[in-house]
Amino acid sequence: MGRLKTFTRRAFLVGSAAVAGGVAFGIYTVRKPHENPLADSLAPGEAALTPYLRLDARGVTLITPRADMGQGAYHVQAALLAEELDLDLAEVRTDPGPPGAAYWNTALAEEAAEFSVPSEGLMRTVAETAVGAVMKMMGMQITGGSTTVPDQFDKLRAAAASARETLKAAAAHQTGVAADKLRTENGQVLLPDGSALPYAALTPALAQVEVVQDVPPRDPSQWRQLGQPMQRIDILAKSTGTQVYGIDVEIDGMAHAAVKLNPAQGGEMRGFDASVAEKMRGVQAVLPVTGGVAVVADNTWRAFQAAQAIEVQWGPAEMPATMADHWQALADAFTEDARDSRQRDDGDVDTALEAAEVIEAEYRAPYLAHAPLEPISAVVRVRDGKAEVWTGTQVPRFVQKNVAAIAGIAAEDVTLHVQMMGGSFGHRLEDEVVRRAAEIAVQMPGVPIKLTYSREEDMTHDFPRQIAMARLRGTVDAGQVAAMDLSIASPSVMVSQMGRQGISVPGPDSQIVAGAWNAPFAIPHHRVTGYRAAPLAPISSWRSVGASHAGFFHNAALDELIHAAGADPLAERLRLCNDPLARHVLEAVGEMSSWEGVLGDGRGRGVALTTSFDVRCAEVVEVRATDDGIRLEKVWVAAEVGRVLDPVNFENLVQGGVIFALGHAIHSEITYRDGRAEQSNYDGYPAMRLYQTPKIAVRGLENGDRVRGIGEPPVPPAAPALASAIFAATGTRLREMPFAKFVDFV
Amino acid sequence: MRLTVDGVAHEVDVEADMPLLWVLRDELKIKGVKYGCGIAQCGACTVHLDGAAVRSCQVWAEDAEGAEITTIQGLGQPEALHAVQAAWIEHQVAQCGYCQSGQIMQAAALLAEDPAPSDAVIDEVMSGNLCRCGTYPRIRAAIHSAAARLREA
Ligand code: FES
Ligand code: FES
Repeated sequence: MGRLKTFTRRAFLVGSAAVAGGVAFGIYTVRKPHENPLADSLAPGEAALTPYLRLDARGVTLITPRADMGQGAYHVQAALLAEELDLDLAEVRTDPGPPGAAYWNTALAEEAAEFSVPSEGLMRTVAETAVGAVMKMMGMQITGGSTTVPDQFDKLRAAAASARETLKAAAAHQTGVAADKLRTENGQVLLPDGSALPYAALTPALAQVEVVQDVPPRDPSQWRQLGQPMQRIDILAKSTGTQVYGIDVEIDGMAHAAVKLNPAQGGEMRGFDASVAEKMRGVQAVLPVTGGVAVVADNTWRAFQAAQAIEVQWGPAEMPATMADHWQALADAFTEDARDSRQRDDGDVDTALEAAEVIEAEYRAPYLAHAPLEPISAVVRVRDGKAEVWTGTQVPRFVQKNVAAIAGIAAEDVTLHVQMMGGSFGHRLEDEVVRRAAEIAVQMPGVPIKLTYSREEDMTHDFPRQIAMARLRGTVDAGQVAAMDLSIASPSVMVSQMGRQGISVPGPDSQIVAGAWNAPFAIPHHRVTGYRAAPLAPISSWRSVGASHAGFFHNAALDELIHAAGADPLAERLRLCNDPLARHVLEAVGEMSSWEGVLGDGRGRGVALTTSFDVRCAEVVEVRATDDGIRLEKVWVAAEVGRVLDPVNFENLVQGGVIFALGHAIHSEITYRDGRAEQSNYDGYPAMRLYQTPKIAVRGLENGDRVRGIGEPPVPPAAPALASAIFAATGTRLREMPFAKFVDFV
Repeated sequence: MRLTVDGVAHEVDVEADMPLLWVLRDELKIKGVKYGCGIAQCGACTVHLDGAAVRSCQVWAEDAEGAEITTIQGLGQPEALHAVQAAWIEHQVAQCGYCQSGQIMQAAALLAEDPAPSDAVIDEVMSGNLCRCGTYPRIRAAIHSAAARLREA
């Protein structure tokens, strides 16, 4: 069982505020100088209350600034609340706390979420770089980096514990019974005589009492529900077709819009002829938008059809013409001038490489689309100097700011209703669809405009995962890995992504080497260098961000060296591992898979370990070479997360992360020709299907002293473990994704 | 044009070639039917046409005339779940949930045909339904459990 000392020790200043019909509980934060450059609406020393829960006549509502794109963020936060409040999970309502709602102001939103930049050991260095600072700043407004659980874990429980004790104080005030004689159970305060006061009935009395401060959250040993399997709060709606997603939003008087954007990514629209489209049934308007043309119609399909009928003159994209040119740009980046970071430099790599025969290899990771199943959409209405927005987004503050700028109004005059998302994987960290919907809406004041991207517009205008390349030089000695020099080149995803929000990102980009420079291995001579390539296609964060490429590179390179040394892939990793938590996850997958060296019979296994988002995650993949190609048989996963809050949701997310990663590693890439994405739908961009899905066994370890999120960490080790397994089964070494370009799969 | 959806007759004024998907979603406001790809690649739009699972993005409105159209919202309701929906809840299948209407409709049609499908049959029939969140292991388990529920019923 984990050492959970830090959980209960942290004290927060909990406060409350009267809100319409009730009371909100939250955490006070005070602006500290230089901590948050964006928090300029909050004067130094001024305190703001971030509300986490609301008590009113309807009961208990979770106020969550975090987005739910399928990872169960609402569910797990509601469970944290329910645990401290002695409440049935099903009784908790959720409110995404839109900026602009009655008591929710910009300052509150600023403070709603601090990014938990990992700050242990080596990781501290990155946290202290400029990129680390920007990540932290970004974190205050986004859902990402697997931060929801770690960030909310302490704060929500502190607010809820305080609310519970304040409810008792209110009951004491109302009944005259001393608070220490009262208990809470099932959403009620229980009196010694057996009578019960529902929380909702205590709302008026809450306003009469002081907030009870400094209530330590319960020790995990007292948990009733957390840590046990529970029913996700959204499972009924999501099993009956009654869950409303952003794409399902209906507003009175709403019109349906579609866009036709320049297929050359980012190129301008130079002129158009809509004479055919304008006469098509249901078409109300054809309007220019940034980089393209929009059709407004009375039905989504009619808008799609009409958009296709517009003739447009396009400008060119600003990127190299062929994929060969993109790869060349990466190859050209391995220079001293383009050197971005060297966070790992153990021993004397140069000397070691001179002294022995050098093993060299090159690795590649392609552009990847996010392609969540729900295409992006937004509803925007602009009227009377105000705007209202309904959309699924991970960046509510950016949306608010950008819509305000387009409508020429103040950010406070933009009301955002965050919607449930049909997946994201980082896609909804971008807000292009909202901006275009706003551009249409300002041209049709008063009309709620719902802009839905067709799958084709969505995929071809996605900002994909970064393209990356790595070069290995290494040596082995006496059956052991002796030296590893890994150079990784990629454009900066942070610069590209933040650039679209008008934010410049100084300093090195830790994402170029994420999951590689911090690999927990004591290789005697070990160097990881990041090189920053010039911007190519515009790119964005994709599930696990930099670790999705750098984790693959480091594991794949280490695997080659281990093979050259004649060592066992798991045994040599265990021998080199210098991090106790990482050692545990490696040992766990070894035990789960009954790891043994050579399997024979066309079978092969591979192992990989990546630390990303402070989660150590190890995976073993087993494949079989058949006459029809490689068949994926089994995967074993162990991850160190400090504390598993909901084992069922945990298993589901880990299995999903593995499937997501394996599917892309095998099948997927986005390629550009003259700036045009050559894949526009799931036929050209295949994913894993049920028939290919292996059995996946999952174990969550709880040795660490901090609770961690699991949305992203299962992704990075999957591809290298698969490549290693294929090598073991067939002798074919795969150094470039997608693997299906080089071997057949069943 | 007259369409019968979830047991209710509707009069709609649409083009003959408007995909049933968009008639259901935008004209009849039945939003449980989802758009994912529009080209028969994802299965999110799956409904039953006289009991057979079809991709509603590929069915012209005029071809659905006269048929019994069943959507996820007609298969069962939160207070009266179909066995497949109950199994989906038991196994906590959904993550984002966006594909699940289509998965459930496909699975329900499969079980109506084959009350005890083998893994191989499940693989074959369900592989046209994409889940970007990767809930496949739970889908497999839930289909077996739904089959057991239906046999007991
Ligand atoms: S929307 Fe019909 S199969 Fe994808
Ligand atoms: S649950 Fe998200 S696509 Fe299947």
